[in-house]
Amino acid sequence: MAIYIEKAKCTGCKLCIPSCPYGAIDMVDDKAEFNENCTSCGACAYACPTGAIVLEMAGKGEVDTTQYKGLWVVGEVTTEGRLAMVTAELIGEGRKLADELDTDVSAVLIGHEIEDLARRAAGYGADRVFVVDHPTLKRYRTQPFTNVLTGLINQHKPEIVLIGATTMGRDLASRVAARIKAGLTADCTELTINAETKLLEQTRPAFGGNVMATILCEFTRPQMATVRPKVMAPLELDESREAEIIHIPVSIEEKSIATKIIEVIKDDSGSHVNLTEADIIVSGGRGLGDPKYFALIEELADVVGGSVGASRATVDAGWIPATHQVGQTGKTVHPKLYIACGISGAVQHLAGMSSSDCIVAINKDPDAPIFGVAHYGIVGDLFEVVPAMIEAIKERRGDSA
Amino acid sequence: MNIIVCIKQVPDTSEVRIDPETNTIIREGVPSIINPFDENAIEQAVQLVEEFGGKVTVLSMGPPQAEAALREAMAMGCDEAVLVSDRCFAASDTLATSYVLSAAIRRIGEYDLIFTGKQAFDGDTAQVPPGIAEQLGIPQVTFAIGLEVEGKKARVRRLLEDEFEVVEARMPVLISCVKQMNDPRRPGIKAKLAAKKKEVTVWDSACIEAKACLCGFDGSPTRVVRTFAPTRDIEGEKFEGEPAECAVTLVERLIGEKII
Repeated sequence: MAIYIEKAKCTGCKLCIPSCPYGAIDMVDDKAEFNENCTSCGACAYACPTGAIVLEMAGKGEVDTTQYKGLWVVGEVTTEGRLAMVTAELIGEGRKLADELDTDVSAVLIGHEIEDLARRAAGYGADRVFVVDHPTLKRYRTQPFTNVLTGLINQHKPEIVLIGATTMGRDLASRVAARIKAGLTADCTELTINAETKLLEQTRPAFGGNVMATILCEFTRPQMATVRPKVMAPLELDESREAEIIHIPVSIEEKSIATKIIEVIKDDSGSHVNLTEADIIVSGGRGLGDPKYFALIEELADVVGGSVGASRATVDAGWIPATHQVGQTGKTVHPKLYIACGISGAVQHLAGMSSSDCIVAINKDPDAPIFGVAHYGIVGDLFEVVPAMIEAIKERRGDSA
Repeated sequence: MNIIVCIKQVPDTSEVRIDPETNTIIREGVPSIINPFDENAIEQAVQLVEEFGGKVTVLSMGPPQAEAALREAMAMGCDEAVLVSDRCFAASDTLATSYVLSAAIRRIGEYDLIFTGKQAFDGDTAQVPPGIAEQLGIPQVTFAIGLEVEGKKARVRRLLEDEFEVVEARMPVLISCVKQMNDPRRPGIKAKLAAKKKEVTVWDSACIEAKACLCGFDGSPTRVVRTFAPTRDIEGEKFEGEPAECAVTLVERLIGEKII
């Protein structure tokens, strides 16, 4: 990938200067010129109103793949300022893959006041942590994160880049891959290294989970993948583990960013709703018969320490907010335990939860498709089964307390 | 206000299966539909034009039969339709697809907003919307659940994992829509018949000045090397009898296996 300035088209307007996160543009004789800080991130090409800055991509088969080394995990910082669990999971998985490639694992953390998180990433197994800290990066936004990450990738040339398949990861990875013209596979659930070719084999569900596909990026680098949360296992946190921490200085001007975050509203409807990170999910379906009975689902979720999920039918009926919806048009979840109460198991629901470690189905209809994916099933009235479960759990807990 | 909506004709995934013999996808007999999230994108665009005036152009890349999806979109209220169709687009991955669509959007010309669904129902990647925005050099706001337009600014409510985020973006901007954004209208017979008579513009790669090396197989850095049916190696156990007793047995099992 190369970037250059067509001097004849440059009007000397200087709009490119504040757009550059790496302070790499100088004005020489009233024309823009790159200095040695340039990472070819492309930020200026978008800021230039006259098309004087040209970003040129290597075509298929023109990338020298041997230049690319190392595995990267792009970290995610939660609204509360913690390291997202999926980042730890990917560092753990990355460790395994990197060992097969005889290379190392780097984490990239972009945010503000994230020094503690860099040490945490080390504790989860990263050999190296790139820290990009700037007030404008406090919360994820497409444009500045894309510029920063693209610059880092162009400069350090990792062989593999993994990102969590979260709303942030999917937004960022797609934009970066499109800029550097790299292959990107979405929402992977399995990653392996081919023993012979050393290529990353990326496996993912498609067609609503009815089909699995294995995908390769043979000719472009890095090989990029977003990976579904809760599928990969993190290593145990070892706080004594040391990593090389590299601070990358950036300069970003707020006014050069096309979007502004006005407000962040926690969804506090009902209890604990972050389904994608939940270990246990208790979901209710149309079998509840009435929105008020979601209280029963919530009670069971409370005693097992889980989150509340819902089928599309209940969300469409307005019984519960959309953030609770599990399925193809809602969230894809992978908890350790999924308890489906009064959910028949339409294909679009199964697509969102069938990869859960343990599935319990409670339904009156013995032929409900949900039983086809359930490890444990109870054919019966949920209004009898669920209260009995709550009581039994409380009793057992009481015994052991 | 000029709005472009990108849509995809997809097989109804609930009926897609893998042929266990050949491990290929069985597509015969599977009905084609407009990608459900794209219906939300269409609805949003049509509502805005109803409020502010202007024009909605619906765009799709696909084989000639994708025209049916475009006609349906016109029945829902889109004013014009463009199909980009060329043999050299076949086997495009998300990068090549976003290249072709962005080339077609350049040919369409002026726009204030581009809407897409959050992802396609068959591929589920959500990679094409940011790909289009990147190749057009405009901002993107993905996973939108609400939108207000004021002057040259779009205020978008995004649906994230466990929170909503309100983002203000300068237009032109690309916005990808989630299911809960609105309730797409169901066109009546009259609207459907009228849409049948409307023209669908068809452009090939030359019309949109798309470079062959960036389309289809040649322009796609990813390659599917294997498809297979997911293993559901579950030997489920059903508890039968008194519901309350079953519940207790189940709880004991879950505690015994340290699941809870």
